Amino acid sequence: MSMFRIFDVSGSAVSAQTQRLNVVASNLANADTVAGPDGQVYKNRQVVFQTLLMGEATSAGVQVSNVVEDQTPGRRVHNPAHPAADGQGYVTYANVNPVEEMVNMISASRSYQNNVEVMNTAKSLLLKTLQMGQS
Amino acid sequence: MQRLTQTLDFQSQALMLRAERQRLIASNIANADTPGYQAREMDFANALRTATGRHSELAATGSAAAGAPLQTTHPAHDSARSGFEQETGLLYARHSQDAVDRNTVDLDRERASFADNTVKYEATLRFINGSVRTVLDAMKSHTQG
Repeated sequence: MSMFRIFDVSGSAVSAQTQRLNVVASNLANADTVAGPDGQVYKNRQVVFQTLLMGEATSAGVQVSNVVEDQTPGRRVHNPAHPAADGQGYVTYANVNPVEEMVNMISASRSYQNNVEVMNTAKSLLLKTLQMGQS
Repeated sequence: MQRLTQTLDFQSQALMLRAERQRLIASNIANADTPGYQAREMDFANALRTATGRHSELAATGSAAAGAPLQTTHPAHDSARSGFEQETGLLYARHSQDAVDRNTVDLDRERASFADNTVKYEATLRFINGSVRTVLDAMKSHTQG
């Protein structure tokens, strides 16, 4: 039954969106992280989605091909009293933009919901198909 | 016997194609955030015509292999029929809005198509159930309820 493939397709999408949500969570958690003594600070991360072909023309899932780090320099704030301040009194924060991440989070959760809805519909259709000829 | 199952055969072909279209739309929704993904759509009427037309042709000709030729509206149709099972008339959807990542999935349209296809799948199921009930009723004797 070809409808079973929908669970593979939507399942892969749900799993990819979960990874995206995970990355958003770690970005938001590290939004106020400051650079350590070595000058290294948390870098904003983004997942990259890729189409996952499933052998048939009509089914294409999603996978996370890799996670990229944003290499732009972090936000620098002048605060000489901060314990992590460098020689000139600047503190480097992670280059996370919380507004962007919140938008990313909403988008990920909407896509997640869409795919769950697709799976629920496919499930109810399959259950009705199983009762074919009985009613 | 063929007349008894003719309607059922047609409905089962339609059901298979509905399931295929459901999968196609599910793929589009799954790839709504994939960069560069091109949304696809099925020409359902054409696919059904191909599926059922070939079926009736096979049934009608029987042993005569070179029976009535398939009616085509374009000279390229007949040669393109090989390998048609996989690529049953898949089209690329035209994007309504340009996206920066070259993704052409219009989620509103896909959700509408998904709902539409769900209802029509259920309708086809009911048609099949109706046909089955008709056949079963016809087989009952007049003394049975």
